[in-house]
Amino acid sequence: MKGRNRRELLGLGLLLLLSWLVVYPLAIVLVEAVGGPGKWTLEAVRRFVGEGNEWRALGASLGLSVASAVGAALVGIPLGVLTTSIAFPGRRIVSTLLGLPAVLPPLVGVLAFLFLYGETGFAAHLVQRLTGLDEAPWRLQGVGAVLLVHVATMYVYFYLFTRAGLSGLDPSLAEAAAALGATRWQTFKRVTLPLLRPALAGAGLLVFMTSLASFSAPYIFGGGFRVMTTQITATKLNGDDRLAMVETAALLIVALIGLLLLRATEGKADATGARKGVGPAPARVVRPMARLGATVLGWVAALVLALPLATLILVSFVPRGTWTMEPLPPVYSLVNYRTMLNEPSRLAPILTSLWMAGVATAGALLLAIAVAVLSRRGRVRSGALLEGLMALPWAVPGTVFAIALATTMSIHAPWVGRFVLVGTIWILPLAYLVRNLPIAGRAVLTGFRQLDPSLEEAGASLGAGRGRILRRITLPLLRPALAAGASLAFVTAFGDFVTSIMLYTYDTRPISIEVLSSLRQADVGQAAAFGVVLMALSAAVFFLAGEGQGTTG
Amino acid sequence: MDGLLGPAGAQYREEGRRAVTAVAAAATAYLRIAGLTKRFTAHLAVDGVSLDIPRGDILALLGPSGSGKTTTLRLLAGFETPDSGRIEVDGEEVTRTPVAGRRFGMVFQHYALFPHLDVGGNVAFGLESLGVPAAERASRVAAALEMVELSGLERRAVSALSGGQQQRVALARALAPAPRVLLLDEPLSNLDPALRERTRRELRSLIRRIGITTILVTHEQEEAFDLADHVALLRSGRLMQVGTPEELYQTPASSFVARFIGRASVVPVQVVAHLESVARVQLLSAPAPWDVPHSGPLSGPCELYTRPEALSLVEPNEQVLTGVVHERRFLGARALFLVALSSGATLEVESAPLAAGIGDRVGVVPHGAGLHLFAPDPA
Repeated sequence: MKGRNRRELLGLGLLLLLSWLVVYPLAIVLVEAVGGPGKWTLEAVRRFVGEGNEWRALGASLGLSVASAVGAALVGIPLGVLTTSIAFPGRRIVSTLLGLPAVLPPLVGVLAFLFLYGETGFAAHLVQRLTGLDEAPWRLQGVGAVLLVHVATMYVYFYLFTRAGLSGLDPSLAEAAAALGATRWQTFKRVTLPLLRPALAGAGLLVFMTSLASFSAPYIFGGGFRVMTTQITATKLNGDDRLAMVETAALLIVALIGLLLLRATEGKADATGARKGVGPAPARVVRPMARLGATVLGWVAALVLALPLATLILVSFVPRGTWTMEPLPPVYSLVNYRTMLNEPSRLAPILTSLWMAGVATAGALLLAIAVAVLSRRGRVRSGALLEGLMALPWAVPGTVFAIALATTMSIHAPWVGRFVLVGTIWILPLAYLVRNLPIAGRAVLTGFRQLDPSLEEAGASLGAGRGRILRRITLPLLRPALAAGASLAFVTAFGDFVTSIMLYTYDTRPISIEVLSSLRQADVGQAAAFGVVLMALSAAVFFLAGEGQGTTG
Repeated sequence: MDGLLGPAGAQYREEGRRAVTAVAAAATAYLRIAGLTKRFTAHLAVDGVSLDIPRGDILALLGPSGSGKTTTLRLLAGFETPDSGRIEVDGEEVTRTPVAGRRFGMVFQHYALFPHLDVGGNVAFGLESLGVPAAERASRVAAALEMVELSGLERRAVSALSGGQQQRVALARALAPAPRVLLLDEPLSNLDPALRERTRRELRSLIRRIGITTILVTHEQEEAFDLADHVALLRSGRLMQVGTPEELYQTPASSFVARFIGRASVVPVQVVAHLESVARVQLLSAPAPWDVPHSGPLSGPCELYTRPEALSLVEPNEQVLTGVVHERRFLGARALFLVALSSGATLEVESAPLAAGIGDRVGVVPHGAGLHLFAPDPA
């Protein structure tokens, strides 16, 4: 019983820590939006409610998110079906290319899009040259551009969920439908699609939430088109802190409603998992014409969606000021990369991002393991609450959390848990850590769920104490899950732009801020080179984590 | 009996009987369970179970699913803590001793071999916990593997082993640290039927050779009878009867035991008279009453449980109970005949395979042991 009490106490300690990290800053935002203790006022709320711009931004956020979800579904579902169920040449390469955006930091995706389809990008250059126009044939700006970028980067959720859902389906269901006389289309409509629905609903809400929190795309392509995230930034820059708090609170509330909806669908998602050791249906061989169609469609989609990345790499080799009117850059060199390595002020952001992401990942992983061990093995009473707190930051848009953290950690009041961290090197790692909690938590908890408890019981029956079981059995077996969680968390923190732009100082500027400032100085090649480094390191981390998983199988 | 278990079963029965007599002479309990009770939120999983198990005895916890046998085993292992009751081993109370301190070896239903360690690593795990020096560890791992006939497989990945080999590695791992008690959770349920019988034989001779006190959980009567010296039959967390397989089969303490152990037909009867240790009962459509060995006060409507071998088929006539053969199950040397009586009840009768054909009218007479009378089961 003594051990039980100690575990409960540890659980409460962890609960306090997580509340301070996750809930406390958000609570401060909500309080400050209405003036805070001693000076309660609804003045800012009244201004928010009375201002047409605010409603337009909120409406734009919601509308854009719905449109992004619809657009991503229209692109992602057919591609998922195509690459899973029809055999065509190069299917594996196409599937991999189409999955790429899942591992890219959003800013890199936006940047790559800009270089290819932007008004000074390759596509515009080419059209201008072909048609002999005097100016760029289009401007990639406004709501259309943002939506385009969203669909082009977020279809991947629908794509991956569709593929996972289809490969998780028992092929005998479709065979049963066929035996009952259903045509292929009827089978798809009446059997496959309904079974995929929970997965697709999950993907839809994921896109909705991602789009709601999206900052890079509206920030760079939005122009006059404002969504809540960019509106908050603008208000904050104008110095109207109180109004920024109200806006932040409004976005937070919308996001939390989204989270509740997602939770409601997740409960039902288990239905698709219901199958026993049966392999997925193999890709179907179709008539030559259909096969040709599938090949063309698959490859074109993969190229259109992967081409921006190729462009990014190409542009990274273009020295500053050498490319103006030509359709293709005339000069290529490694100068941008050399600058990055040789100039300390250029190298610093890369190193800064590396250590900050590393610290944040390690911290998030440790917290996640502590929560999982206490909740899943110690079965402490606070378990469900701990897991809930750990998942919460996922629903909180980066902008909201950055504002909340900046507000909370700009005052020295240790007795109420507030410290001046803004402007120090610790604010960004702390922000990354909290934003990484859901990623690390999800991976670790999934790992625990898949871990047969009798393995740990076997350890105990062989005389091993708690510490030895954790060290020799639990952690080694969790390694694949830990590697997956760590790599995803690291890559997210490494490529973070949303919270960074709110909290960075010159000395702690991360790589994404350097990308932006290079872009602002019209040093396109340098920006692309930073983008390539971001992309390459992210891919390397994923690759290494995948290797690690292979060995423990 | 032999018909149920086959010739191999008969041979083991003999061996078992000798062993039981031997341990009965030793008499004192090595593992003592007293009033063990465990409640999970909704229901009472284990309800006051008490057992005294002599040193070296093999006890099977047998029962339908949900009877509490696995929970009892987990309480013994220490994975669960009882709400009340005591567990003692060799005079030492271990009721609340942590799992790691009990020195009980356990073989899990799905073996729970550590997938990240090789065969040797798995077997050495418990020795490392004990702080056995590396050199001695290696020789003890080798000895444990030799015991289960897997010598030289130390560096093999556990995933590369067959199901039967995995089971043996799990056994070697549990036995290597020389535990005081061996716990087996459905040790054969993961093997295919062909392998199961052979593994059962090997398991039995190994445990017997080591002489370790063993508790095993199973829901299969054949497995319990074949492996165990004593069988404890559980139902809804309660101990229904404990005894040798013969005792459970020949003198079931309740209608549940009679039904669960072996084959039995049930017919409603009326007790018409009590003689000394015999009850005279009237079957609904029988011309004459049957005498059933029974001591104790029973009267009025009761249930008669009949073993197939306790009944014989005879030529139908006025003096005997008659019915029509509905089914015939051929078993080789013998056959089972399902006889439908005019009262609507059916009786299963074991006889020579050619004794009757389907649709034949036959007479059924009782002979000897194998008839058990119980008050109607309220459950």
